[in-house]
Amino acid sequence: MNVTINGVARELPSGATVAEAVKTLTETRNGVAVAVNGEVVSRGAWDSTALADADAVEVLTAVQGG
Amino acid sequence: MDDDLIIGGEKFASRLIMGTGGAPSLEVLDAALAASGTELTTVAMRRLDPSARGSVLDVLRRRGIRVLPNTAGCFTAQEAVLTARLAREALETDWVKLEVISDERTLLPDPIETFDAAERLVADGFTVLPYIGDDPALARRLEQAGCAAVMPLGAPIGSGLGIRNPHNIELIVEAAGVPVILDAGIGTASDAALAMELGCDAVLLATAVTRAQRPDLMAQAMRSAVAAGRAARLAGRIPRRRYAEASSPMTP
Repeated sequence: MNVTINGVARELPSGATVAEAVKTLTETRNGVAVAVNGEVVSRGAWDSTALADADAVEVLTAVQGG
Repeated sequence: MDDDLIIGGEKFASRLIMGTGGAPSLEVLDAALAASGTELTTVAMRRLDPSARGSVLDVLRRRGIRVLPNTAGCFTAQEAVLTARLAREALETDWVKLEVISDERTLLPDPIETFDAAERLVADGFTVLPYIGDDPALARRLEQAGCAAVMPLGAPIGSGLGIRNPHNIELIVEAAGVPVILDAGIGTASDAALAMELGCDAVLLATAVTRAQRPDLMAQAMRSAVAAGRAARLAGRIPRRRYAEASSPMTP
């Protein structure tokens, strides 16, 4: 299945979870937040939330700013 | 003297809130934050970059500085609300510096979108600190909407132009029942002192320090300026007079 992670097209196995999508970028969970199609997925639900084809996944963290 | 800043029920001994944008490295930022004495510092939320080395969060954690996520880069209430929710999830804080800008040239805050987002975030349990223009009417409306502070600008972000409309800042201070934090526009130490003399409860700045030739020294200057301005405000300045008033006896 094809999803976008932070704007980049990626192919993930069918049924891949949010946690697996995050792992393509980082092993860290602390300080990281995820939205799928504009809705926040809380950290506790990453492992149990399956992605669907064409989902847009945003993986954010804190950077210098303000 | 016990003179804590209280925002949303939390006490801060320092009235200087720092931003982290513009520092050439995390080492320079770390030294500047230490010199500033700040206890509350903003960060932005961005897409995770796997190649990034080190994290601003580690710097803040080591220094024991509370993190204040902002919604910088958002142009609509919808984007700002999502960014605040992501920040809450990532950083485990329900505090947010709400920032919704109207255009990239001026980076001036959009009052309509800001107010809309503030109402939604307050309803969602956030402690909301909105960045706004120097508009006393909007400041009052945001306080009524349940914001924990208001953060009027002195001048556009990064401009270093100081406080362009001290009169409006005074009007905001006079009417406010929540802390007023002068945010944006500070160029040098006298600007920060003026903000405090006008009655602001705190100052938020970044660029003036992070892009100074010596960030740690400017941070120290800002720390002193905020403290001096606060003391002057509490002390009560003398009235301005048109003519001299002798400070020595006039008769021999």
